[in-house]
Parts: sequence; structure tokens; C-alpha cells
Amino acid sequence: MATPRPRVKVPKTAAAGEVITIKTLISHDMESGQRKDSEGNTIPRKIINKFTCDFNGQTVFSCDIDPAISANPYFEFNAKVAESGTFKFTWVDDDGSVYEAEEKIEVK
Amino acid sequence: MRRGAWEGLPVRGKFAAIGAGVLVASALAFSAVQAEPVDETLSIDGVEMTTRAKAQEGLPFDEVLSGWLFREAETRQLEADSFENPGMLYVERGEEIWNTVEGPAGQSCASCHGDAAESMAGIAAHYPKWDADSQRPINIELRIDKCRVEHMGLEPYKFDSDDQKALTTYIKHQSLGEPVNLDLAEGDMQSWWERGKERYYLRTGQLNFACASCHEANSGQYIRADHLSQGQANGFPTYRLKQADMVSLHNRLRGCIRDTRAETPAAFSDELMALEVYLTWRGTGLSVETPAVRQ
Amino acid sequence: MKINRRQALGLSAGAAVFAAAGFRAAPAVADAAATEVAIKEFTGGIIPAEAGKLTLKTPEIAENGNTVPVSVSVESAMSGDDMVESIAILAEGNPNPGVVVFSFTPMSGAAAATTRMRLAKTQNVIAIAKMADGTFYMDKKEVKVTIGGCGG
Repeated sequence: MATPRPRVKVPKTAAAGEVITIKTLISHDMESGQRKDSEGNTIPRKIINKFTCDFNGQTVFSCDIDPAISANPYFEFNAKVAESGTFKFTWVDDDGSVYEAEEKIEVK
Repeated sequence: MRRGAWEGLPVRGKFAAIGAGVLVASALAFSAVQAEPVDETLSIDGVEMTTRAKAQEGLPFDEVLSGWLFREAETRQLEADSFENPGMLYVERGEEIWNTVEGPAGQSCASCHGDAAESMAGIAAHYPKWDADSQRPINIELRIDKCRVEHMGLEPYKFDSDDQKALTTYIKHQSLGEPVNLDLAEGDMQSWWERGKERYYLRTGQLNFACASCHEANSGQYIRADHLSQGQANGFPTYRLKQADMVSLHNRLRGCIRDTRAETPAAFSDELMALEVYLTWRGTGLSVETPAVRQ
Repeated sequence: MKINRRQALGLSAGAAVFAAAGFRAAPAVADAAATEVAIKEFTGGIIPAEAGKLTLKTPEIAENGNTVPVSVSVESAMSGDDMVESIAILAEGNPNPGVVVFSFTPMSGAAAATTRMRLAKTQNVIAIAKMADGTFYMDKKEVKVTIGGCGG
């Protein structure tokens, strides 16, 4: 795939203190470092090794990721928000690249 | 087009080490275990897909079934959720390509075709079509190439390039839910249909299998641990869990033929275009499911 | 070096693979020892005795080992003293046992997560939950990974 593209699903609104479900997906080969090419050379590992979800600057949830996570990594988790604000999602690649996405939520 | 089963067919590198005896043994390993395709309906974003339809006249069975019905619950669920379906990442990438100017003519797909949701709505359900210019059937991949060459000043896509798969997936996705329906009266489509039918039932390769050997005679049975579907084309390009990537129809046809240990025809060759016509026709009435999720 | 039959059978699976295959980049499969090391690394030395409030959900049969859904959850209020710090997932039969570690905060609301993993073959998937008060829970499920079709 070209540049990894993130996809996130966050409810648009929630009640204060409600526990919501967040789903995230990002396109990425997650090259495990176990595969060999047609000449027998090991294809080097290149994965997303960290995922973080912040809300209004505070960490909600994070993952430390090994090559056993499938390509196009999917993470589903929960968040409990007391006020309106912005979720920020960050994926960190082995090569140092950082991919980001943002979603706002209105808390009533 | 006849091929002898044992006449020194080239065997691809990695299979050369497998003894012929093992191949024969696995050929006989169709499990006697039968499993019914599930009795469930597929709804994507509230739109119900047609996964069962009356078989076309002339087919030796009553109902055509989508491959979705033969998969495990988790796989079925992945396709039913348009957020979780990893194939949708490729639809998004395809949309990006659609809107990107490329080539010396300074055009993007959108330059001529505007909003794909409008201009491409429902059309993929009627492909492959007859192409008078090339005097052969044309599928979506080749139609894209035709536009690239004739209107954008570009080279055709390399077969199975990421961009080709993404754009094909995006265009076919605009026909999601639409029932497959080909016009065999156009041009010479009927004679290509005949050739495709002949190929479908032709046994080839060291394993001496025809498409029909697995997908008609043994659909519903298990080949090793795989639940054999009818091998329909309505979900392609498909997100295959095995590759964790989009798989095009011609890639799958070549894969299946390779697995019978036969020489693999080239993508978009006459042989495979004829087969695509016939194969797509077999699924008449089933909804386009692109991007389907399969094993 | 002469090895008698008893000694040969006593060789661990990992060493036998090494010996038979000559030099390899890594052993083909993590052995039970490597998994135990990984568990102890996460827990600080103990093997948790029971699943307790931890639930690990995996399919019984994976349609394809490349993409296997897995869910974990711990019954917890996620506030005050009742907090889950993290949940680790390990795959006993993979080349390396580590799959992912989920870390939670009070803002998580619930200690639950779902993802998709790769399993090299039929094996046990292990989940370990680390509570803020130092308690650990462990759950284990076997997932059958099949070879499909005519070679997949």
C-alpha cells in the first residue's frame, strides 16, 4: 500500500461518563521479519510497533505491538469521557514514521 | 487445448520437492464430511445482499450461493461490517487514485467520470462486457487500462499492482448489492462463453482437476480444512485473510490452476477472459460483494 | 559425538531443529520454555494460577492463521483500587511468543480490547492480566489453525 491510511470509528456524541467503543484500522503490511524472498534472503521486519489513543492530551489506551499482529492492524477498545474534546490516535512505525488521526466527540 | 496429465508439465519451484504420491494422496483427500453453507443473510450497512439466487438454466443444480455462506462466523462478520472490513482500506485508496491527476494529459478518472458513486453506480455488475475495439471481452481492469492508454497518455497497469487492485476494488464497490447480470448477446460474447464453459469443465494438471471438480462436484465438502464454495466471481477483488491483501480474480484463477499443478495461463489471456465470462455468468443474480472477505 | 537413543529423545525440540537444519536465523518455533520466560517477564517471576476475572476469547478453529481475531476483557470497575494496568497476549507456538500488550488507564472505562493476530500453527493462546494491586490472572485457549485447500 501507499502511505498507511488510518480509519477510526468514534461515536459523534456520548453522555458524560458513558463508556464508548472505539474501533481503529490502519493499512500496513506488518512485515514480520520471518519471511524470505525468492532468493532466500530474509525480508527485514517493518511493523507498527506502538499505538496510542489520547483524549484532550491524556492517554486513554495504548498497545505495544509485536510482529504477530496481522497486517492492516485492527484495535478495538473502550473510553470513558467526562467532557467534549478530541481523540488523537498515533501509530509508530519501526522506521520512525508516525501516522495520526483525530476525531472529535461531543459529550452532553 | 487438451493436456495429458503426466506429460512432463513444468512444476513450479516450491512444489518440485513434493512427491507425486503426496499429490495423488491429497487429490483423494476430499473429506466425506459435508457442511451446509450457513442459513444467514448478509447485510452491509443495512443493505441486504443477495447471497442465494436461482441458478441459470442449463446449470446442473438449483441454487447459486455466495462464497460468504461457506466461511466461518468471524470471517462473515468481517465482511458485514463496512468499518472493520480491511478491503475498505483499498476502496479508500482507490478513491484517492480516482481523484489524482496522472500522466501527460493532466487527467484524473474524475476529470471525465466525475463522482464515481454516480458514474460507476451499478456498472460492474454487467462486466465483463464486449469490447468492439479489441474484439474480445473486457473486464474492469482492462477497461481501466484502456482509459489510461487512450485518454490519459499512460501505460497500462502492471498486473496486480497495488494501484490496479485498489482502483478496481473502488470501482466495483460502487456496484455493491447489484445483482450480477451479463449481456451475452453483445458481439461475440456467446462464443467466448462457450470457450469459458469448455475450460471450466476441462481437467488439467498433474492432479487432473477441472474447476468443476472442486466447485461443482464437491462444493460444500472439505478439501483438507477448507470449506469448498461454488467458486463464484461476485466478490472479487476479494480481501483474502491468507494474503491479508486484495486478491484479483485473475490472480485467483491462476492460483487455482497452479494448485492443480498445471501451467498457469497469463492474466487477461484469451483462456482466462473466456473463463471469466463463463464464471461470472454462473453467478448471475448474486450481489456484487466487492470487497468480499474470504479465507 | 555418539548419542544414544535415550539422549537423542531427551534433546529439546528446539535444539533438534537446530541440529537437523544446520544454521538458521532463528528456531522454527518457540518452545514452551521461551513462553514461560515471556510470562515471567510480564509478571515479575510467577506463573498465575487462575483466570479469575480475565476472559480470553478466540475462535476454536481459525479460518486462516494469518488473521485470527482475539479479544480479552477483565471484569473491573476501572477506578479506585479496582484497576487493570495491562493485558499481555502470548502465542505459545509462534516463532516468538509475544503478540501484544494492551495498557489501560482510568480513562479506558473498561479493561477490554480486540485485535487480530497471526498464528503459525495450532497452539495455545495465552492472556495475562496485570492488576494495579499486583494480582495477576491468566487464561489459555487452544486455537486450531488449519491448512486450507490444495496448499492454501
